[in-house]
Amino acid sequence: MLLHTVNKSPFEKNSLESCLRIANQGHSILLFEDGVYAALKGTRFETLLTEAIKSYNIYVLVPDLEARGMRMDNVIEGIKPTDYAGFVDLAVENKTVPAWL
Amino acid sequence: MMEEEGVIKKFLYLNRKAPYGTVYALESLEVILVGAAFEQDVSLAFIDDGIYQLKKNQQTSVSSGIGVKDFSKTYRALEGYDVEKVYVDKKSMEERGLTEDDLLVDIEVLDEAQMAELMEQQDVVLSF
Amino acid sequence: MKFAILVNEGPYQHQASDSAYQFTKAAIEKGHDIFRVFFYHDGVNNASRLTVPPQDDRHIVNRWSELAKEHNLDLVVCIAAAQRRGMLDEKEANRQGKDANNIAEGFRISGLGQLIEAGIQSERLVVFGD
Repeated sequence: MLLHTVNKSPFEKNSLESCLRIANQGHSILLFEDGVYAALKGTRFETLLTEAIKSYNIYVLVPDLEARGMRMDNVIEGIKPTDYAGFVDLAVENKTVPAWL
Repeated sequence: MMEEEGVIKKFLYLNRKAPYGTVYALESLEVILVGAAFEQDVSLAFIDDGIYQLKKNQQTSVSSGIGVKDFSKTYRALEGYDVEKVYVDKKSMEERGLTEDDLLVDIEVLDEAQMAELMEQQDVVLSF
Repeated sequence: MKFAILVNEGPYQHQASDSAYQFTKAAIEKGHDIFRVFFYHDGVNNASRLTVPPQDDRHIVNRWSELAKEHNLDLVVCIAAAQRRGMLDEKEANRQGKDANNIAEGFRISGLGQLIEAGIQSERLVVFGD
């Protein structure tokens, strides 16, 4: 199992889309920095993420979410909150950490 | 310095950016060349705009065109450094209207499942 | 677990250095070992001794120097990327005939081999970039 990190907004780059296209089922994906925008309800990416939740463990870095003015209740159901300590744990639990920059 | 108790790890270089517009293509190549001396099990994956790094006929020099050194020839030298596992993402290639003939080096085209498999086998993934 | 951290972007321009710092700090707090933090591309600029950021915001360079000092971290700046961007320590400045040097405390300049070695010697390599 791998931990894929996505740090750019899906509106800016195709990093998340490429990650979702290629990452194997059952892997974990961490949305952090500008990547947190993909976790929000009500965007044109909501369907993509809602579908993705069925195949991946998707996490959002709460400090990055909050810095940008959002909270967990703005986040799609099924995306799990985490923090830097949680990020470290995820890195430990997974074999490698491919970064989709 | 280079004999780390004979440990051989699988290194994957993940290239997703076009050349020249940013420095990542050039500087990631420099890592690959230096890394070759460590005799690890190296694979290169070109996905999204990273495929453009391998495009034939790049024409530029310090004194002409965009005034930037053409480093594309270096990809051809990789084989001499025992870096032979060069993979390209099928969809990225097709959606850019490219075929294997457009690329400077011999590559293996992988579909998503194969690329996923390749990634899973690695011990270290370097993105630039 | 032993971690290697790769920082690909410079201070302030991208969040990469901040995220890397927060991750590194969290890993240390959890008792993990940081084998090396390697600075590449514009990441070499995190080693500038000359930054004077506004006082009411974080001092990225100093934060790294302090963390390195407190936990004996190995902060390595890639020599090739550093030379391109004008980041020189005293030795390099003398070698290149330059009239100044600018590497901050706690950072050292070395070759790309240090990044590969970090990948080999660590159990996890985490990349922060753009």
